[in-house]
Amino acid sequence: MTHLLRMIVEPGFFGNAPVRVALLAGGVVALVSGVVGMFTVLRGQAFAGHALADIGATGGSGAFLAGINPLWGFVGIGVVAAGIMEMIGIRRPRGRDVATGIVLGAGLGLAALFLYWDATFSNTTGATISVLFGSMFVISGSTAGVIVVFSLLALTVVGLLYRPLLLSSVSTDMATVRGVPVRITGLLYLLAMAVAVSLAALTIGAILSTALLVGPAATALRLTSKTGLAVLWSGLIGIAATWLGILLAYDSFYWPPAQHGWPVSFFVVTLVFVFYLLAQLPAVGRLSGARARRARNGG
Amino acid sequence: MFSGFMVNTWTVATIVAVVAGVVGFFIVLRGSSFVADAVPQGAFAGAAGASLIGVSTLVGLGVFALIGALGIGWLGRRSRQDVATALALVVMLGLGALFLSLSVEYAPEIYSLLFGEVLGVSTSEVAPVAAIGAVCVAAIIVMYRPLMLSSVMPELGEARGVRSHRMEMCFLVVVALATSMSLPVVGALLIFSLMVGPPAAARSFTSKPLLAMALSVVIALATVWAAIAASYTSNWPVGFFVGALGAVSYGTGRGWAAWHRTRAARGNARPLAV
Repeated sequence: MTHLLRMIVEPGFFGNAPVRVALLAGGVVALVSGVVGMFTVLRGQAFAGHALADIGATGGSGAFLAGINPLWGFVGIGVVAAGIMEMIGIRRPRGRDVATGIVLGAGLGLAALFLYWDATFSNTTGATISVLFGSMFVISGSTAGVIVVFSLLALTVVGLLYRPLLLSSVSTDMATVRGVPVRITGLLYLLAMAVAVSLAALTIGAILSTALLVGPAATALRLTSKTGLAVLWSGLIGIAATWLGILLAYDSFYWPPAQHGWPVSFFVVTLVFVFYLLAQLPAVGRLSGARARRARNGG
Repeated sequence: MFSGFMVNTWTVATIVAVVAGVVGFFIVLRGSSFVADAVPQGAFAGAAGASLIGVSTLVGLGVFALIGALGIGWLGRRSRQDVATALALVVMLGLGALFLSLSVEYAPEIYSLLFGEVLGVSTSEVAPVAAIGAVCVAAIIVMYRPLMLSSVMPELGEARGVRSHRMEMCFLVVVALATSMSLPVVGALLIFSLMVGPPAAARSFTSKPLLAMALSVVIALATVWAAIAASYTSNWPVGFFVGALGAVSYGTGRGWAAWHRTRAARGNARPLAV
């Protein structure tokens, strides 16, 4: 038994300080992304969520250039971009899609320029990769504290907005009739999502930020139709995927090619996707069952 | 700027702009900007994989772009399109992260694939780009009527016998081809800015589809040519100029449409449909 446990959890996993920070920060970010992402999926704003994570690179490279903590660059640019998206965003979904795309394009263009300047003036090409892909094992203890505080703030905003947000996400007309300020609610939610997403992008990289925002929430919505329960599931699935991913990445140090760990983001993304596909199975079974019944009855 | 080694760049950039203008028109019409962003980003992972196993980058790009587009279509049958796109994108990027960590790829090369490299076009690349570009434009011309119908009125299209899901799959394949061929020139992160900015601007100027498409090609050409010229003289990355010009042309279009609307309202004329 002990031997089996040893094989699954390599010795030193829980004693390792970077691993502990990654488990804590990754867990908090996964929980917040899962809860915030619930509304992202319900409102059909996955593109905005992904765009905000990518635009974080603009803030990160800009902060690198200005010599300030990347944290402020990520959060600042996220909030500004969300504001612009909402400002030029049109009520129709297709107009919103284009508005998001334009902001993302302009943001990435700026990121290209900042990264070019970073590489020219400070002669560190490695900045590109670390800004774009992020790494969970390089978060410092003090930054982790700020990230946790800000993430909980975004979570609180979404918690306070819960009922009006749910109503306006499901039916804008009904929310308007009930006197919910739909526009303000949407803006506040987008800002909360911007903070959550940019912190996630900083902590775990843009890839994982999108994966944890959309994947667990979409999976949870397959498992249950009760929103409260789905929020809970979404957070739990996010945390499970993140912690398992960190564990596997730690173990993978001993996998081929030798002495070279596999990236955390690969494991977490794969786990999120596998969970999503597993949650599809019952629905597929029901569908083919119904089809078979219909074929029997009809034929 | 127009010397020997730049000829390839100008040729390829012109082809890319024409294709982006034509395909992008339907991307904006169908509201699939996310797909246009996700497919090239995911294809970038294919480039990393290709360099790992030692085959041509263009092959890696093409294979991953196709897998990504078909994956989005397959996942999109059972869930919302934006969720399907996001999941397909992160799975491909996760693979990309794995490939990058396994290979010993050199950082500046990745940077140029992400953000584009004006001088990175070799003579051997021109022919495949021209061929793929011709295929994309031909496919759009062939599909024009059913695609237009299923984009604007899917229900009417279904009634007329246009399978909207099959149309979606065909369109996704065209997007995959168009993005993988433009990737080495304008970069993974900014192709889509070329596919969204000019068509969105063109649609603000006119509501006639063919005119809007022609205008979108013109704006895309102007954007790419100005971006390359500016990048050549300033040495700044070409992606910055593409992104900035895309946003500027969209802003101009929106401003023009708003001005036209208020004038039409004041003159009590028929308002412009946007």
